[in-house]
Amino acid sequence: MAMHDEKKQSSIAFVIGASSVGTLIEWYDFYIFGMLATILSKQFFPAEAGTAALLSTLAIFAAGFIVRPFGALVFGRLGDLIGRKHTFLLTLVIMGGSTFAIGLVPGFGSIGWAAPIMVLILRLLQGLALGGEYGGAATYVAEHAPTGQRGFWTSWIQTTATLGLFLALGVIILIRSNQGMEQFSAEWGGWRYPFWISILLVGVSVLIRMRMSESPMFSKLKSEGKTSTHPLKESFGNKSNFKMVLLALFGAVMGQGVVWYTGQFYAQSFIETVCNIDFVQSRNIMLVAILMATPCFVLFGWLSDKVGRKWIMLLGMLLAIFTYRPIYKQFIAITAEANKTNEIQQRISTIGPLAPYLNEAKTPFVYLRKTFDTVYYTDGSVFKYIITDTFFAKKQLSDNKPIAYSHPDLISNTPKRNTVIEKTMGKSPTWYLIVLIFIQIVYVTMVYGPIAAFLVEMFPTKIRYTSMSLPYHIGNGVFGGLVPFLGTLIVEFTKSAEQPKGDVLAGLWYPIGVAAICLLIGVVYLSNKVDENVMD
Amino acid sequence: MNRIKKLLGYLWMALAPVIIIFLVYEAVEKITHATAVLRSNVILQWSIILLIFTPICIGFFIFGWYASKDEYAHLPESSK
Repeated sequence: MAMHDEKKQSSIAFVIGASSVGTLIEWYDFYIFGMLATILSKQFFPAEAGTAALLSTLAIFAAGFIVRPFGALVFGRLGDLIGRKHTFLLTLVIMGGSTFAIGLVPGFGSIGWAAPIMVLILRLLQGLALGGEYGGAATYVAEHAPTGQRGFWTSWIQTTATLGLFLALGVIILIRSNQGMEQFSAEWGGWRYPFWISILLVGVSVLIRMRMSESPMFSKLKSEGKTSTHPLKESFGNKSNFKMVLLALFGAVMGQGVVWYTGQFYAQSFIETVCNIDFVQSRNIMLVAILMATPCFVLFGWLSDKVGRKWIMLLGMLLAIFTYRPIYKQFIAITAEANKTNEIQQRISTIGPLAPYLNEAKTPFVYLRKTFDTVYYTDGSVFKYIITDTFFAKKQLSDNKPIAYSHPDLISNTPKRNTVIEKTMGKSPTWYLIVLIFIQIVYVTMVYGPIAAFLVEMFPTKIRYTSMSLPYHIGNGVFGGLVPFLGTLIVEFTKSAEQPKGDVLAGLWYPIGVAAICLLIGVVYLSNKVDENVMD
Repeated sequence: MNRIKKLLGYLWMALAPVIIIFLVYEAVEKITHATAVLRSNVILQWSIILLIFTPICIGFFIFGWYASKDEYAHLPESSK
């Protein structure tokens, strides 16, 4: 008996390991595109506005997110028709292949418009594959998990999204640390390596997944001839199932999606763009916080088997709603120059070389003067200011006179006076920032840890893949994926002549609002019952 | 609790068209006020937002409709 239990445990451990590695790699593939978006847009799109900007927006902003629910439909249907194993093997190959191929596409400078079009198509494939992958992996693991432990075992799948982000951050930082920015962002520079590495990871994962067997529940249905013939129709055309799809979306996944993306993406974007933390340090802060919080996925997955899924997820949303604004206020306070009174060294100002600014004929027209200021503080923080403040007619400083900003020859898009700040925080404020991000990722683990088991238990085996994939990817891909974009857009709305930077905390109203509606729906409509038997 | 579920159902049904109207209003305003250089991008961004959120709002309306018809009064005991 003990030997049988041991064998069963090792079998489920293999199922978890094999499923998780593949899902982790898919997340890695999906994230590296977003993390390298700035470099990709320069490589694959022309600099001018207009049509090129349209394509750039489509490729980077929309494609990956909008396509995910379609991937959920396409591959969810396949998974309910031909089985979980072969479907998520297929999504893995599509994801790995398209990621590797992105790393091979020559830049806009070499092949012109073919570059952004190819990247757009490959990005669409990535989104489709991700839309099909998660539902398959979660369903597969849940259908192998012993009764009463579904939350615990599926929570390992839940860690993959965060660990995929961790892996992507780690690989990018590792390559970037060994290359200068110029080398890293060159046409065939280091930014391509993370894409190429993907093919190795996918190759290993495919080999592992080939050894896996089909889900026992799906195999049983198939042998009895009870699999669905029209999964889409049965999932969304049947009222009793469709109402559960809507409840899953509006009562759980919608709020989970915004909490997840706020904690892991909006937070990083905020400390980098609003608080001006240095590129590498902001990513290191994320890495440490993620590493510290990841075990909580398993903790809350396990806990959900004991106390139910509902209240853990809703508590995560509640805490997020009430603490987001105080946390983000702290981000600003910790990194504000005004709060650092003990300056230990005078400003060191150096005037850099005059950089040419090209006119419409692409010839040097005026020169920008850059001043570099470095300020050191007693807490170890170092703030660097790069100030571009005056236009000069000639490259030499000696006989130069500044050109007024109102000069009639200055073209409409000539840059105005601006200051770029790069802050490297000292040890103590860095740890404070890590704790604040850690708290947000704990919320992520509360809402996300139990969600796979929760979704699996809502739908019958024969249409489970299709039914759970769609709300998951609308909740995460659309509601969650739009957090950075809509957050920034809301901040834009608050800008005025009196407040040129706008209310930088206003963007939080989107995740707070969505999570609040979801919380209310969840409290009122969701059941806390754990379905012991999903073999139906 | 079932009465609350039903009443909130009416609220969700009302909220769905309000969100769509709000988004359309914002879209028109932002596109009108966008500069010539940025206009095409603003149109695209708002088109995407409307394209995504309109079907979601329709889904939200249907959710409210089901709630108002007591469809969520008794949830199934299992995934069957």
